Amino acid sequence: MRRTRWWILALLALTVVLVACSKTAPQNTMNPAGPTAQTEKNLLVLVLWPAAAVFIVVEGGILLISIRFRHRKDRDRMPPQIHGNTRLEIGWTIAPAIVLAVIMVPTVSTIWQLARQPADAMQITVEGYQWWWGFKYTDPDMAVSYGDRDAIVTADVLVIPTGRTIDLSLTSLGGGAHSTSGVPDHEVIHSFWAPRLFGKQDVVPGETNHIVFSADEPGTYSGQCAEFCGLQHGKMKFQIRALDETEWQRWVANEKDPAVKPTSDELAQQQGMDLFFGTNGVGGQCIQCHAVGGTNATGTAAPNLTHFAATTHECFAGCDFATVDEAALKAWLRDPNAVKLGAKMPDYGLTEQQIDALVAYLYSLK
Amino acid sequence: MVTATSVPARRGIIRRPTAITGWWSWFTTVDHKKIGLLYGFSAFAFFLIGGIEALLIRSQLAKPDNTLLNADQYNQIFTMHGITMIFLFVMPMSAAFFNYLIPLMIGARDVAFPRLNAFSFWVFILGGLFLYSSWFLGGAPNGGWFGYPPNSTTDPSIGMTFYALGLVITGIASSAGAINLAVTVVNMRAPGMTLFRMPVFVWMGLVVQFLLAFALPIITVALFEMLFDRRWGTHFFDPTAGGQPLLWQNLFWLFGHPEVYILILPAFGIISEILPVFSRKPLFGYQFVVFSGIAIGFIGFGVWAHHMFAVGLGPVANTAFGITTAIIAVPTGIKIFNWMGTMYKGDIHFDSPMLFAVGAVAMFVIGGLSGVTHAVVPSDYQQTDTYYIVAHFHYVLFGGAVFGLFGAMYYWWPKVFARQLDELWGKVQFWILLVGFNLAFGPMHILGLGGMIRREYTYPASLGLTFWNQVSTVGAFLIALSVLVFTVNAVKTQRKTKGLADEDPWDARTLEWTTSCPPPIYNFEEIPVVHSVDEFWHRKYVEDREGRLVRVPAGASDHPADGHTEGHAIHLPSPSFWPLVASVGLPVIAYGVLYSWWLVGAGALVTVVGFMGWAMEPPVAE
Amino acid sequence: MAETTVHAAPVERTSTGLPSVKLAMWLFLASECLLFGALITTYVLYRGASTTGPYPNEIFDIRYTSVSSFVLLASSLTMVLSLTAAEQRDFARMRLWLVATAMLGLTFVGGQVYEFTSFYHEGLTIKSNLFGTTFYVLTGFHGVHVTVGILMLLSLVGMSWAGRLPDDQAFPVEMVGLYWHFVDIVWIVIFTVVYLIPQAKPAG
Repeated sequence: MRRTRWWILALLALTVVLVACSKTAPQNTMNPAGPTAQTEKNLLVLVLWPAAAVFIVVEGGILLISIRFRHRKDRDRMPPQIHGNTRLEIGWTIAPAIVLAVIMVPTVSTIWQLARQPADAMQITVEGYQWWWGFKYTDPDMAVSYGDRDAIVTADVLVIPTGRTIDLSLTSLGGGAHSTSGVPDHEVIHSFWAPRLFGKQDVVPGETNHIVFSADEPGTYSGQCAEFCGLQHGKMKFQIRALDETEWQRWVANEKDPAVKPTSDELAQQQGMDLFFGTNGVGGQCIQCHAVGGTNATGTAAPNLTHFAATTHECFAGCDFATVDEAALKAWLRDPNAVKLGAKMPDYGLTEQQIDALVAYLYSLK
Repeated sequence: MVTATSVPARRGIIRRPTAITGWWSWFTTVDHKKIGLLYGFSAFAFFLIGGIEALLIRSQLAKPDNTLLNADQYNQIFTMHGITMIFLFVMPMSAAFFNYLIPLMIGARDVAFPRLNAFSFWVFILGGLFLYSSWFLGGAPNGGWFGYPPNSTTDPSIGMTFYALGLVITGIASSAGAINLAVTVVNMRAPGMTLFRMPVFVWMGLVVQFLLAFALPIITVALFEMLFDRRWGTHFFDPTAGGQPLLWQNLFWLFGHPEVYILILPAFGIISEILPVFSRKPLFGYQFVVFSGIAIGFIGFGVWAHHMFAVGLGPVANTAFGITTAIIAVPTGIKIFNWMGTMYKGDIHFDSPMLFAVGAVAMFVIGGLSGVTHAVVPSDYQQTDTYYIVAHFHYVLFGGAVFGLFGAMYYWWPKVFARQLDELWGKVQFWILLVGFNLAFGPMHILGLGGMIRREYTYPASLGLTFWNQVSTVGAFLIALSVLVFTVNAVKTQRKTKGLADEDPWDARTLEWTTSCPPPIYNFEEIPVVHSVDEFWHRKYVEDREGRLVRVPAGASDHPADGHTEGHAIHLPSPSFWPLVASVGLPVIAYGVLYSWWLVGAGALVTVVGFMGWAMEPPVAE
Repeated sequence: MAETTVHAAPVERTSTGLPSVKLAMWLFLASECLLFGALITTYVLYRGASTTGPYPNEIFDIRYTSVSSFVLLASSLTMVLSLTAAEQRDFARMRLWLVATAMLGLTFVGGQVYEFTSFYHEGLTIKSNLFGTTFYVLTGFHGVHVTVGILMLLSLVGMSWAGRLPDDQAFPVEMVGLYWHFVDIVWIVIFTVVYLIPQAKPAG
């Protein structure tokens, strides 16, 4: 009776795990949106049944024994002094072993199934930085139309075609600064995880791991770094945006183009660009780290801004903003560390006017 | 390590102290019971500190986008919470009980090496203080308790250097303690106390000491490599120079998984002592409980990579370690079934110790089952590094180990202090703890499956998990309340006058209860001779003609105290300054590594002088 | 540790019949095996992984190190001779062999210091590359163990000379000897792994 209370509580907790995981939670692993996450969830659910059975047998057993054999006031006889029972011992050694062996069969086959890399999958390289993500579309048909025809690059937002199988190659790159030889000054471990699409794989310096996945429906799926990677580990987030075929084609075509140049009648944008590139002897720090496709800004230590206003702007600075608008971008430019302590982007002491100009320029990069 | 054996009464460098009472005696004591108390009090103090850190964590996470703590503070606090609870609370609290009880349970007057025992304690407490001094010297460790490089080796703050040095120091304490206690169990047993007559608590203690002796050197190497990387620019974990960050993970978890059993096996031992006493039945399947404990110890060295399923070891390794992880569930299950068998058909008295022991079994089962879901590797890809894993290891280590340790405190309190903790408050504490514990950690399963990663200092409301975070925070404060109830209970109990109506209040089964409460400094006036498992029980009860147990009238025992008397005077080693002196050098060396070579030299000198004085010291004060 | 013999008897009655100090020593050495095991594993893992020089084959002087290894091995012999002398209760001879052992150990450590210095001048520091990192830390750890052993040997000599050892002086000598032989054996492994097994040519 004393134990009934927690018994009910524990059962409640279990049921809640199964059913109450809210559909509105954007990172709910129990609400998968692609075959990889679905497979992983199915396996968990499969195991939950025998686990629930064991839970009920053992906890129920403890509870029943506790009630049935509790001391009663009138009892003065010693209980029978049983020392053990070999047959029982053998039984409860073998029975769990069999259950576990049965569980391990689908487990092992799924391990191998998930490790398979189909040859026709779309290849994308994921680069982990402190604390943002870079994505490179390395398939030959995903090269840009200008310069050396490099791969399309985005930051923090990974755009994919719905239904296509994607093969991610995970690599870790440095904290931002690079030595002259181009080797990152240091690299740390991250873990790439979009719960509704796939379980996590670590992003380990010096190794290349793979995630193979696809999204069933168009939509935006959130994810984040899952391996502690320093100060802003909690805000190393990203989005995966799955587009239907037409939108995908439109997006790719746009990404292949070089960055839009503001026309001379857009004064604020023009000023922002001058500041960005340091054309008039003022500013120009931006291009040390950022790249803008088709210009002399080729930095790789920070997010690529070629089509900032088309893609990345919804999830910059670790998707930190409740609403993504110009105000958020301005706050960021005003003092990056105030928004995200430890951010590698320095506070350049920009004036409000300069900030307005830069924002105008950045939002022109469609 | 090696010095002389006994010396005929000769002067040491300084006179050996003699006082065994007074505050100074606590600094020089070599009595395993006093050292056990020192361990217990220090560990409990660290438990309170680690608990405050936990409350700060839960307060920060009580609402989305909270700014109570910034990222930097949060990272230090969660790291120190983990380090404190593992290395400065559960390990030394287990050491406290092993220290106090093992000699009493095997019929010995002390551990094999009393001064080494004191040395272990002083090194542990100084190591803990060293770690905590980092708060005032530039920042606490901030890389998580498993401190994965390269993040931990490249972090610009000083914290992780403290981590590497501090854990090496506490590791030295644990290694010395492990060798000491293992030798004690192997070599100091009373006549007739064969290995298979030892209480299961002693057995689990033995397994734990072996795990420590073989796991700690591995992390010591890893910590030294980290220290060298951080302090002297080596490249052990530096990928830009060809180093492999995964080397750390392999070394760390090769220690870290046995460490999990180092933390939980003491509680298994405690449960195996408490259940029979309060069920008034012998332990069901004694040999199976013992052998499953040994099996857990062995298999525990072969499952480490299940902490690394998501690092990309490849399907072969993931398959292998998934299977070994599943295998280790079998001996664990055997223990649980035997505990149920012990209670079955018993005459169960639900006094506080029993409540905590049964609670520990019930809570551990939940942690064990969620552990099996981790053995299912692809499902672990989703769960690892989320709150699901946080829930899992708190069910195992709090639900299992800490419940067990609380049970031990209630159970052995009369033995140690000759006072009994208040039963009513004990029960109140238990129910608050049980409810608070499940509220705090139960929802974490949901948080994890709902996509909340561990170690994030804040989360957005859009994650949709605010409610369960709030429930968890409420639970955490309930746990704090229950600890407060315990503390008040303990303080009030200690204010009562000493003395027990019955020196065997639980009608216990093992040798420690044959002594007075508290035991005299020499434990046993005559070394007992042991005839069976549960020796004390068999001295109290015999079977009558119908096979029923009847109590032997007092003074008419079957087994008169037939110890071998080898002289009337009981010679115990005198207290000693030297363990303290030798231990003080270690943190000085560690500060030296941080600040100056001169300090390293000074610390090394102090330690060497300490060991020299130790070696030259006569066994008793003249 | 002195406390094993609370009753000042030569060998205390123990459950196994073995002195507790000896059991503790064996357990300690078993634990040390894992310490060196982890260090050697690290070294082996990083063989040929250095991205820049100097590389082992450019720097090792196998003949020099063979001689100093031989010196360390010889010290195991003198250690045995010392124990034999102690067992025959010839304590003067025991001390002589202990001093000889310590001197041979000292020669080895001195040789190591010289070797480190010359490697340093040839450009191999602990920071140079993975080879420098793993080499210095592994052999350095061993060197520290030898140094501690020398300290114990000299302490034994001093205590024996001052009459501070128990009547049965062979026992502490045997214990220190166990440690000393262990350190020697570890060196044989390190010498083989680090110096004798040829390194793969560095990539590029």
